[in-house]
Amino acid sequence: MAKKESTFLNMLITLLVITLVSATALGYVYELTKEPIELAKQNKNLEAVKQVVPEFDNDLNESKCQLTTDEGVTLDAYHAKMGDSIVGTAVKTFTNNGFSGEVWLMVGFTPDGSIYNISVLEHKETPGLGTKMSDPSFKDQFMNKNPETFKLRVKKDGGDVDAITAATVSSRAFCDAVERAHRALTGCVDGTTSATTSSQASSKETVEHAQKDLTKGGDK
Amino acid sequence: MNFKQNLTKGFFKENAVFVLLLGLCPTLAVSNSAINGLGMGLATTFVLMSSNIVISLVKNFIPDKVRIPSFIVIIATFVTLVDLTMSAYLPSLHASLGIFIPLIVVNCIVLARAEAFASKNSVFDSMIDGISMGLGFAMALTILGIIRELLGAGSIFGINVPIYPVDESGNPVTTLIFILAPGAFMVLGYVIAIINRIRKA
Repeated sequence: MAKKESTFLNMLITLLVITLVSATALGYVYELTKEPIELAKQNKNLEAVKQVVPEFDNDLNESKCQLTTDEGVTLDAYHAKMGDSIVGTAVKTFTNNGFSGEVWLMVGFTPDGSIYNISVLEHKETPGLGTKMSDPSFKDQFMNKNPETFKLRVKKDGGDVDAITAATVSSRAFCDAVERAHRALTGCVDGTTSATTSSQASSKETVEHAQKDLTKGGDK
Repeated sequence: MNFKQNLTKGFFKENAVFVLLLGLCPTLAVSNSAINGLGMGLATTFVLMSSNIVISLVKNFIPDKVRIPSFIVIIATFVTLVDLTMSAYLPSLHASLGIFIPLIVVNCIVLARAEAFASKNSVFDSMIDGISMGLGFAMALTILGIIRELLGAGSIFGINVPIYPVDESGNPVTTLIFILAPGAFMVLGYVIAIINRIRKA
């Protein structure tokens, strides 16, 4: 068969048909994979929660709640219970200060407010450098530390966190995300609804915010 | 060109990375560990093979003046298919490759084979060409990844290889530059030199 000539109509029809077929195929596969992707993400969340809180026996999907930070962002949180008492709370938190794009973490807190463990959910940091934030050698330094006394800032900025070599930006972003989780959690750490504690939380958050502004001089 | 030549040319004679020097941007960016290189190479192989098949099927229906946009749409469709399917059924592999999968669209080796081979040859030959070129690309990326990971992180495929002394906390003291961008250029330069030496011998 001879090649089609490059007339305006031929080109228009060809491109139209190709884009239509492509779009149909993609739409179909998108619908097909939508549920498995959603499921995989949810499982990943729940898997991450299991890693960052002590042993529990309740259904995490039921104890899911939303926390609001002073910046007005809502974060998902999961309360882990053993019997009736809360043994830990996992907060899904993020930061926009990553080296490239958002960084999502799951941070587990014990009821007294100290960090139990941290799991990295999603990031697009530099492979081999920023990706080391998922390594135990970096994130284990946060374990059993209470953000009230453990300053969530890299040592270069006057904090207590050992930054990853050649990935200070990623380390700062990590600290920022953990701090955001902690700030959100201070609103409802006792497991009651955030509405009852919101007034005291907001006053506390204002103080923290002011402190943050004061220390901001050395940042960046 | 007979079948055997068509199948083996992608590995040494016309290797995309070492000989044609095509697709160097993704090569330099993702070859920082062996598994990244291999994963990227295999995903590219699939896209190369599929796009070669489809393009050689429809080549007679596409007017010359719009063939490049048409090829790009076809390639991008396959890349997105791989991206969606991987994130649905292989979430851990997808997570470790991350941004590199969508980047296959702009890998010029895919477009080069579509333009230079698939648009002029039969469906079967194009498929073999895609497989050969793709696996050659995967091989090149894996070799680079193994060398860079070994020198830069002291491991191969994530398994520790004790070639470096360890510091007090047990982490190996590595030559970090091989994981960074300059290391990619250095390793690539040396590997190309070695391959050229072997080819000429």
